[in-house]
This record gives sequence, C-alpha cells and structure tokens, in this order.
Amino acid sequence: MKIKLTSASYSVRSIKFSFCSNLLAKPRKPSLFLGRGIEIILFFSYFKDLVGREVTVELKNDLAIRGTLHSVDQYLNIKLENTRVVDQDKYPHMLSVRNCFIRGSVVRYVQLPPDGVDIELLHDATRREARGG
Amino acid sequence: MDLIFSCVLVISIFFKRATGPGLESLVDQTILIITNDGRNIVGVIKGFDQATNIILDESHERVYSTKEGVQQLVLGLYIIRGDNISVVGELDEELYSALDLSNLRAHPLMPVIH
Repeated sequence: MKIKLTSASYSVRSIKFSFCSNLLAKPRKPSLFLGRGIEIILFFSYFKDLVGREVTVELKNDLAIRGTLHSVDQYLNIKLENTRVVDQDKYPHMLSVRNCFIRGSVVRYVQLPPDGVDIELLHDATRREARGG
Repeated sequence: MDLIFSCVLVISIFFKRATGPGLESLVDQTILIITNDGRNIVGVIKGFDQATNIILDESHERVYSTKEGVQQLVLGLYIIRGDNISVVGELDEELYSALDLSNLRAHPLMPVIH
C-alpha cells in the first residue's frame, strides 16, 4: 500500500512526536538512577570476589561475628560459615551457631583482610560512580 | 554505548533474579534468630520469603540475664517479619546440647540502632 506523504500527514506526525516528548520531558535524571543502581552492584560484585575470605562483620547491635564469607546477595545480605563471635564471653548467645545468615540492613562494618583489598581499584571504581558513572 | 551496556548490566544483575535470601538449605532445621530488639528465638524454619519473613515452628525465646540462668519461654508457631530479623543462625545440635544453660550469665543483646 502506497502511503502518500502529503504535507498534512507530516504535520500530524510532528504533533504526535511533540506530545510524546512532553511526557518524557519530566525533570528526571536518568544518570542519577543508573548511578545508584551501579554503585549497589559495585559492592555486590566486590563482595562476590571476596567469597572464601575470612571477614569480621560488625552489626548495628554491636555484635561482631567472624567467619568465612560464603555468599552475598543483591541486598548485601551476608552468609558466613565457620562463625564465631569475636568476644565470646560477652556474647555467648551464638555459641552453638556455626553458619549464619546476616541481613544486609543490620551490618555496620565488614572488616576485610588487608591483603584482600585492592585499594587503588576500589578508589577508581568509586570515584567513577561519584562522578556520575 | 557505555550507557546501554551499564543499563543492561544493572537490569540483568539487579532486577532479573530477585532471588530471596538463600535460606532453602535451612528449611526444617533448627535455627536461632536474633531480632532487631535483641531477642534470641530458637525454632524450626518452616518457610521464608524474599523479604526474609520467616515461619518458625516449635519456637522458644531464650532470655539471658546477668542475675539468673537462661530462661526459655515457649512460643509455638510464629511468623517473624523480615525487617525485624538481624541474624539467622544454623544451630548445631551437639554444641547446643553441650551448653549448660542454667549457669550461663550474660547481658541481653543490644537492640539494633540504625
């Protein structure tokens, strides 16, 4: 079917296009959304590389748990194996626990082995995120 | 091009599989849950979901104090909401039975402060 491009149909097309672009022209910065998403996966990927290393996780209730990093997920929930509490006399609550799952929202610090951190790489990656990806 | 690539990366990792917590291996096992207000609850996981809400059967709470030994309060079948859970620990039966609870003195755990 032949479509004849008359001047009338062309102007209709241009009106439709401007309507769509108005909807999309809301004041949102796609780079902001992308930036946040990328920095979340930055640490997710970073922890995935640290699986198998011995870390100490300090929680927001002051409990510190030492163990081997077994896995991490997108919420930065941490699964540790071979766990023991750092100050066992003060916190005997977890004496009989050897593997645990720690919810990401309660982690205050993750203390890493000093040789497990490539500081320059991490610096560069986070600097790039801060700049906007 | 870079933008498109990072877009795909974010979507593929972040959105594609919103897998819940890897608690499948702990179902039907005795576990210890530390809640945000510092309570210790022991029970058998019957189910969980992506928000870490947990169904706990045969649950009892262990109350630690510095004055008397450990108290056990029987609770029964519980659903514990995920945003209130801080640690889910797999309880080792042998180590658990080796504990002498009546002589254990400890400060109760601190609540979580965000």
